[in-house]
Amino acid sequence: MHPAPSVIIFTTLSGLGFGLLFFLGFGMPAPKGLVAFIFFAIAYVLAVGGLLSSTFHLGHPERAIKAFSQWKTSWLSREAWLAVAALITMAIYGAGLVFYGVAVAPIGWIGGLLSLATVYATSMIYRQLKTVPRWNTPMTPLLFLLFSLAGGALLSGQVQIALLLLVSVGIAQIAYWIGGDQALEKSGTNLSTATGLGRNGAVRAFEPPHTGTNYLLREFVYVVGRKHAAKLRIISLILTIGTPVLILSLTVTHVTALIAVLSHIAGVFVSRWLFFAQAEHIVGLYYGKR
Amino acid sequence: MTELPTKTDRKLGLLIDLDTCVGCHACVISCKGWNTENYGAPLSDQSAYGANPSGTFLNRVHSYEITPDVGAAQLIHFPKSCLHCEDAPCVTVCPTGASYKRVEDGIVLVNESDCIGCGLCAWACPYGARELDAAEGVMKKCTLCVDRIYNENLPEEDRVPACVRTCPAGARHFGDFADPDSAVSKLSAERGGMDLMPEQGTKPVNKYLPPRPKDTMEEIDVLAPLLAPVAEEPKGFMAWLDKTLEKI
Repeated sequence: MHPAPSVIIFTTLSGLGFGLLFFLGFGMPAPKGLVAFIFFAIAYVLAVGGLLSSTFHLGHPERAIKAFSQWKTSWLSREAWLAVAALITMAIYGAGLVFYGVAVAPIGWIGGLLSLATVYATSMIYRQLKTVPRWNTPMTPLLFLLFSLAGGALLSGQVQIALLLLVSVGIAQIAYWIGGDQALEKSGTNLSTATGLGRNGAVRAFEPPHTGTNYLLREFVYVVGRKHAAKLRIISLILTIGTPVLILSLTVTHVTALIAVLSHIAGVFVSRWLFFAQAEHIVGLYYGKR
Repeated sequence: MTELPTKTDRKLGLLIDLDTCVGCHACVISCKGWNTENYGAPLSDQSAYGANPSGTFLNRVHSYEITPDVGAAQLIHFPKSCLHCEDAPCVTVCPTGASYKRVEDGIVLVNESDCIGCGLCAWACPYGARELDAAEGVMKKCTLCVDRIYNENLPEEDRVPACVRTCPAGARHFGDFADPDSAVSKLSAERGGMDLMPEQGTKPVNKYLPPRPKDTMEEIDVLAPLLAPVAEEPKGFMAWLDKTLEKI
């Protein structure tokens, strides 16, 4: 799959923002006044910035409002509803903390759960696609949720929880990669089933329909950089988990905490890039590619 | 709405004969010709005469080589367009309701004024049947020439999809697969019409007729007896000479 920067930025930043909102909603921490304002500002910049970024890959962003209509069947539509609901609920809870110094706990809990549900809806957009075997696994939502929670714990300064979640992310990430590398073969879809010609002999793509490229090849058959995948996986693990865990195990100051957060975000970007770039869409089979 | 109808009154679709298709790409051209100037936004080309041409097509013809265990390899030309699936995954993922499946005839269409160009339907389609037009930013797909098949301004023989009308080999058939007595249903049953990627569970309406096995003919050559080799093993002196000369 083509790793569109707008979608990578969106899933990474929004995941972090909603993760932070989750912890804020559950009063971890429950700051007041200016400190509360700064916490909520960071969360909203990440969550809303990510959502705005996602509109850049649309052909007609001016019609984006129509995406709220099909919540009965479409995870993209559900994501839109959940995001708006989470942001509004948390804004009410945040306003209480910032302006009145009051934490209305039930509103925070609802907002926190809606934030997590938004991340789940995002992950389901990918998980539901049978056409991309690497994504078509419960590991996809698990990974998205763990990334979001670990980032949120890191941003909200929950050291012990962050350590636990970062290690969980590492385990889930490695499991996802190992499973993903065999997903296409295990899906049972190949050029033989794609063309139905397998019963007559071994099938080989002889000629593509056109000499040039097309939308399908640009969007679904992205192979650039896959050869560096192994190195990038290690880099991602070090940045996402290694650096923050090391820093959190030592003494945490504002500066080292910032380094841990930035390293984590950079690592998630790499992981998310791999998530797209390594995903094989089965339409590539028709072109003799993967 | 992007909820799929539980049942459609008819199942209009194409039956494509892989045994007959000669790979001339005429269906590709007639499809682009008709659809670029009729239903919805035109099918744009980018750098059509440049170094790296690219464009939107609703129908593309691949070519595959089949190598059987015994015998010669076969080349199969393979036209591919929207299969108008009964369980169309492209429809249910659409967030705006732009994609829909018609209850009356099962045709899967895009209402372009509702399409936000998110591309998710193309992601959900296993067959590469949907292409986002680079100029218009909306999703394009085969309409089964919905603006031809019911068009009373056209002579009756033209009320079929442009690709079917133009195919010089007669490799493309159009009809109602819900009617077991229709020509396409009968032909499909007779020749073992098959689904593409059945394991994806999309239940495509369009069917493909597999290439028939090559028949084998006994070798009959009336001249063969006359061409039997006449050289015989030499005897006596000639045999001795032959051996001796071999040794030198």
